[in-house]
Amino acid sequence: MALDDRKSIFSFVGTRPDRPDGLDKVTGRAKFGADMSAPGMLHGAILRSPHAHARIVKIDASKAEALKDVKAVVTRADFADVPFKPGLEGEFYNVLENVMAGEKALYDGHAVAAVAATSALAARDALKLIEVEYEILPHVTDVDKAMAPDAPVIRKGAADYSVPAGMHPNVVRYHESGHGDVEAGFAEADLIIEDSFTTEATHQGYIEPHACLASLGMDGKGELWCTTQGHWIAQKTCAALLGIETSQLRVTASEIGGGFGGKTTVFIEPVALALSRKANRPVKLVMNRSEVFRATGPTASASMDIKIGMKKDGTITAAEGIFRLQGGAFPGAPGDMTAMCAFAPYDLTNVRQVGYDVMANRPKQAAYRAPGAPMGAFAVESVLDELCNQLGLDPVDVRLKNAAAEGSKASYGPTYERIGLVETLEAAKAHPHYSAPLKPGQGRGISCGFWFNHGGETSVSLALSEDGSAQVMVGTPDIGGSRASMALMAAEVLGIPYENIRVTVADTASLGYNDVSHGSRVTYASGLATIKAARHAVEKLCERAAVKWGIPVEAVKWENGCAVPSGPNAGDFDPLPLADITADMGATGGPISGHFEATPEGAGVSFGTHIVDAEVDPETGKTSITRYTVIQDAGKAIHPTYVEGQYQGGAAQGIGWALNEEYIYGDDGRLQNSIFLDYRIPVASDLPMIDTVIVEVPNPGHPFGVRGVGETGIVPPLAAIANAVSNAAGVRMKQLPMSPPRILAALKEK
Amino acid sequence: MDYHSPASFAEASALAENATGITRFLAGGTDVLVQLRSELVTPDTLIDIKKIDGVHDVTRNADGSWTLGVAVTGAEMSEHPELGRDWPGVVEAMDLIGSTQVQGRATLTGNLCNGSPAADSVPAMVAAGVTLSVTGPGGTREVAVEDIPTGPGRTSLVRGEVISAVNIPARGENGGDAYQRFIPRTEMDIAVVGVGVNLRLDGDTIAEARVSLGAVAPTVLLVKDAARAIVGTALDDAALEALAAAASAACNPIDDKRGTIEFRTEVAGVLAKRTAKVAYARAKGEQA
Ligand SMILES: Cc1cc2nc3c(=O)[nH]c(=O)nc-3n(C[C@H](O)[C@H](O)[C@H](O)COP(=O)(O)OP(=O)(O)OC[C@H]3O[C@@H](n4cnc5c(N)ncnc54)[C@H](O)[C@@H]3O)c2cc1C
Repeated sequence: MALDDRKSIFSFVGTRPDRPDGLDKVTGRAKFGADMSAPGMLHGAILRSPHAHARIVKIDASKAEALKDVKAVVTRADFADVPFKPGLEGEFYNVLENVMAGEKALYDGHAVAAVAATSALAARDALKLIEVEYEILPHVTDVDKAMAPDAPVIRKGAADYSVPAGMHPNVVRYHESGHGDVEAGFAEADLIIEDSFTTEATHQGYIEPHACLASLGMDGKGELWCTTQGHWIAQKTCAALLGIETSQLRVTASEIGGGFGGKTTVFIEPVALALSRKANRPVKLVMNRSEVFRATGPTASASMDIKIGMKKDGTITAAEGIFRLQGGAFPGAPGDMTAMCAFAPYDLTNVRQVGYDVMANRPKQAAYRAPGAPMGAFAVESVLDELCNQLGLDPVDVRLKNAAAEGSKASYGPTYERIGLVETLEAAKAHPHYSAPLKPGQGRGISCGFWFNHGGETSVSLALSEDGSAQVMVGTPDIGGSRASMALMAAEVLGIPYENIRVTVADTASLGYNDVSHGSRVTYASGLATIKAARHAVEKLCERAAVKWGIPVEAVKWENGCAVPSGPNAGDFDPLPLADITADMGATGGPISGHFEATPEGAGVSFGTHIVDAEVDPETGKTSITRYTVIQDAGKAIHPTYVEGQYQGGAAQGIGWALNEEYIYGDDGRLQNSIFLDYRIPVASDLPMIDTVIVEVPNPGHPFGVRGVGETGIVPPLAAIANAVSNAAGVRMKQLPMSPPRILAALKEK
Repeated sequence: MDYHSPASFAEASALAENATGITRFLAGGTDVLVQLRSELVTPDTLIDIKKIDGVHDVTRNADGSWTLGVAVTGAEMSEHPELGRDWPGVVEAMDLIGSTQVQGRATLTGNLCNGSPAADSVPAMVAAGVTLSVTGPGGTREVAVEDIPTGPGRTSLVRGEVISAVNIPARGENGGDAYQRFIPRTEMDIAVVGVGVNLRLDGDTIAEARVSLGAVAPTVLLVKDAARAIVGTALDDAALEALAAAASAACNPIDDKRGTIEFRTEVAGVLAKRTAKVAYARAKGEQA
């Protein structure tokens, strides 16, 4: 599966054709989660806890059930019925607890019951008739307070073996890694800076709320249509939660209006299936925006302490970080990821990192692009910026001096293969942005960022049609233009035009298990599998040509969409185009298809460097981002426009996270800003044109050199923007978001 | 829920007077329908006032004053060839509301009667000295804008009363008005502080002024001390500082998710200065 030796001259890869799903999306023909209906369909609605932490004493749904429009009411009891999978464990148990509360409501917005009725309005009205008796318990929503000795315990026994003795039961996972001797390293430093930082939870803010249409019969056979980043995980999880066989539930992924990690799990799907099973009718369930904020998975909030020592020449002598991540009332906050990524861009002799996964009375966190990495980068890169300022050093030069390269031992353990960090830093230094003069009141910030990238289980099939066109079936929902990239890679191998290839996201009944569209893995892993499936089909095409020509198959090779004799000794035959072979394939051996499945391991880590200019209004504390440049290693950009889109999207979401987005909880533990008016995602006019530079240092683990690009782009922005704002304001900003009140207060204290 | 579309304000008033439960008038509906959909307020009676004769008219009266129908939208105000020349502050305040879609629906009266302390057009209307015609069971009376809101979500209108027209005074000579708000983003946000300033010059000297503040107290404030700080000056630095101090002193804000007390108080002063400068420039006939 390694990188092709040929320093490939590509025909299709690297071009920028229109995306195949474009017309459907701009005309409204594309079907998203809420666009599907079924005959006899009911509408579901979910009753949610108004309390941050409460024991559920009693649920009385009799008044709702008495309504003629109401066809089913479900509570947790409707999930306990698991004939051949009793006693869910691990993540299945956590997901079940999250989609329908058990003994306790664990956060404001936690589902406690659900209704299916003949109309959406009837369902909502019925919810008001369900009486829930709560015994309100003390709650905690802040990460540091949740670790304090007097914090209320959210769930006893949730911690695993990794947690050192003596910690509060809300600390459920512990990670420690590093190498060298940090104390010895600090002793060599000319300057040591130690500081603390916090970031708030933010939501991915995908435009499409969760939505599904579920149908489950009493025979345990079901159909589910939903907006998801991974329908196999939805299939597996729903089957477990409902107690049915995985293969009996067919899941189809709709078009998806954004996910960014937030749609890698299930929220409403098991509830809709339970309602359907009870009512014996299809049930549609659609979240409103407020439910999305309150009850889906925002990212974790973080509290972090960083200590870095540096010599006068910019050499980092030692680095240490403690990262506490709050991920809601369930294990899963990515404290380990934050710790592992924080120092990953640097070649360090002495480094130590500690991560905590902490529970609090908030919704269960979900992945959000490079989960955990942006927070750590914010803290670490802020301290690096301060060291550069105090030592009078150029921030790009210092990062170049310490940059990890091929052969460096990563802060989290392994030794890097060929990576592109140095190339991104060199491109930053050479970019006109980096030397452009700043106006008074403006500041510039830079930051590097790292993400692992992922391979994951992948299965792809490709079938040729008699007219010479091809259909590709992938199992990874298209969240960023991946159908275009798959078609380009298949075109490259088959040698037929991009337009002649149709890529479909197949349902769970059509392919083997496919891991979720996450981990920046789709263009890498589904791409690799598409290439291999196409090559598999090419082998068969060559066999058919060999039969036609009456020569051994070894004497046939594939070139520019045609079978050709492999050399002068093979015989003198005209090139045989693909369509000529498929035209009579029924007579020469039957249908021609290709297939590939594997768990590819060579995803190839990815690095980026961002440059940001910010202007701060000293009288109001308001920040404008005046210029932004993203530089990132893509390995090989299959469709450069969609690579640039990922870079720009990461920067745009990072700008929101850095400046104004935050989950705001009141003293009562209720979420205060569960609408887009008060959850301040950037609007178009808040953003500058985001410039991009694609660096291509091929990934040795992919035939065409691809590295995933979806996640690294959100790692540097928080830090780069914080550095720009701090340099503009003349005061170090250590808390995100850097909202105007916070900046004005910091300016006053300066 | 009952829906009515009366043909006159007398009829609208009678419908409202006889309705039980929660009654809402339906102008643009950009507050009413949003609150309905989000289950914040589910009215029992909806009285649509858009079908009444004249509610879409923008009229310049013989004395130079303006009468606006209660269904005139923000977009219609911005596109009017003359209204914005007389009252750029009122028009720019209304224009800040929402998006293009919202502008096609939203009205001054709806903005006022929704009762939000952060309503954008209200400080501008207060500074401009706008009055409302209020039709009730006993006939029609004229009320100053600042006398309508009584607290968040509440107005002084009594059961059966409906606003039937918006009256903007004649601009006169050497006058200018302006409105500015502070929001953390660049648009589609709710004012953390809003300031309206309207003034008239005698040469370079401010002869008359009205200064109003939004989002810093339970209702819009007409800040007489702030006006006094600039009347008789040519808006020099000392006058601006006195204006800022008076504006900040008038604030009685809350700490909430949208801004802290300290922040709102401080920024009210900053914005008062910035807004006064624009109004002053406009009064001098400069483009601003
Ligand atoms: C996306 C969005 C963005 C927004 N942005 C802003 C913003 O930036 N700034 C801002 O201030 N507001 C904003 N709003 C709120 C809203 O658009 C404004 O308050 C608007 O001016 C309301 O006018 P309307 O005609 O739509 O009122 P409606 O919703 O029709 O009515 C609002 C209230 O006024 C009452 N009412 C209406 N007409 C009369 C009458 N003739 N007599 C008595 N009472 C009456 C109704 O009973 C109701 O209580 C926004 C709303 C949305 C949806």
